[in-house]
Amino acid sequence: MEKKKTVVATASLAGCFGCHMSILDIDERILSLIDLVEFHRSPITDIKHFTEYCDIGIIEGSCCNSENVQVLREFRRHCRVLVSLGECAIMGGVPAMRNGIPVRECIEEAYLNGPSVKGHNPEMVLPNDPELPMLLDRVYPCHEIVKVDHFLPGCPPRADLIYDTLAALITGGELHLPYETVKYD
Amino acid sequence: MNPPIVKFTIDGKEYLAAAGTYIIDVARESGIFIPTLCNIPGVKPRGACRMCTVSVNGRFMAACTTPASDGMEVRTSSPELEDLRRAILEVMFVEGNHLCPVCEKSGNCDLQALAYRYQIMVPRFPFQFPHRTIDAANPRLVKDHNRCILCKRCIRTVKDAKGRSFFAFRRRGHKIEISIDHEMADLMTDEIAGQAADICPTGALLRKEGGYRIPIAERKYEKVAIGAPDGTDTR
Repeated sequence: MEKKKTVVATASLAGCFGCHMSILDIDERILSLIDLVEFHRSPITDIKHFTEYCDIGIIEGSCCNSENVQVLREFRRHCRVLVSLGECAIMGGVPAMRNGIPVRECIEEAYLNGPSVKGHNPEMVLPNDPELPMLLDRVYPCHEIVKVDHFLPGCPPRADLIYDTLAALITGGELHLPYETVKYD
Repeated sequence: MNPPIVKFTIDGKEYLAAAGTYIIDVARESGIFIPTLCNIPGVKPRGACRMCTVSVNGRFMAACTTPASDGMEVRTSSPELEDLRRAILEVMFVEGNHLCPVCEKSGNCDLQALAYRYQIMVPRFPFQFPHRTIDAANPRLVKDHNRCILCKRCIRTVKDAKGRSFFAFRRRGHKIEISIDHEMADLMTDEIAGQAADICPTGALLRKEGGYRIPIAERKYEKVAIGAPDGTDTR
């Protein structure tokens, strides 16, 4: 009988997809990874909903709106191990630069007062469709919303860091991180 | 008259020093790494950051402000000390807004380099996200209070020929911040601004019109850890 592959799910919340790019940056090692893992819910597979319990969930980005929180909680419910990937997931990153500024001020800057929109929105319309997720009062690092098991810093995290960590998680081997792989930028 | 010589041990090894010599200076000269942020060799220590905390006869003291004395037993490392230093670093990271991905100093930053050395993946404390300002009023320097760790390095070293400081603290408590003296600001030359930016252990003081001069992969702490044993950084 074929050994069951490790099931991995990934998501990008308030991030730029740079961390997902860094996952792909493991180059030809992705071939050996594919022998070991199967991707379930992920932007790579375009699967939108969980249909099974996954072994590893990888989260890029922080929580800036209600949808991010919902997705993150679904990942926690459906993943044995949850990994925060990148600075945004760990400490809010660039989206968190709005923390401390009132939400209304941010929205008005984006839709009414910003240099690229000023004068182009005479009706003073602010997006308010019920379909749109609500912005949170501030941006939250993932581990302030759910329990997160592992953290991989970097902007983006180095491909070696991602590969070595995934390999260690899947095979149960020891993880030695060289100095060069743990960086915050 | 020369000061008397004292005999003491660091990590079990015997050392001699003139009375009044700070532990950190003996360690630095002997090639023993004790992490520091606020300490500058040759400048009166402040003990502001507590990174250099060591065990002195079983008690935790700042190595930069504690003079060596006869019979003293200093330990520079233990699991408890290492965890305490990590905790101090983590406090600094959550207390300000240290967004390394958007910081010009990234790769050359002492605070970041220490966190790299300790491989801090995530702080154990909740992020505070304080609301701080950026002050670019000075023609040569940008002050980013989000990144200031209040080490006083700029206040203690950046001075004019008469010994007057260009920098000072203003306000009190959690609102405390560095300020540039208004009258002195006119006297600030490019050289002095460069000195201030270099002495800042984080990206709180940055030169204007000169960012990102060192390309990625050639920055100070890219491949070599701060205080690495090869002596590339003895600070």
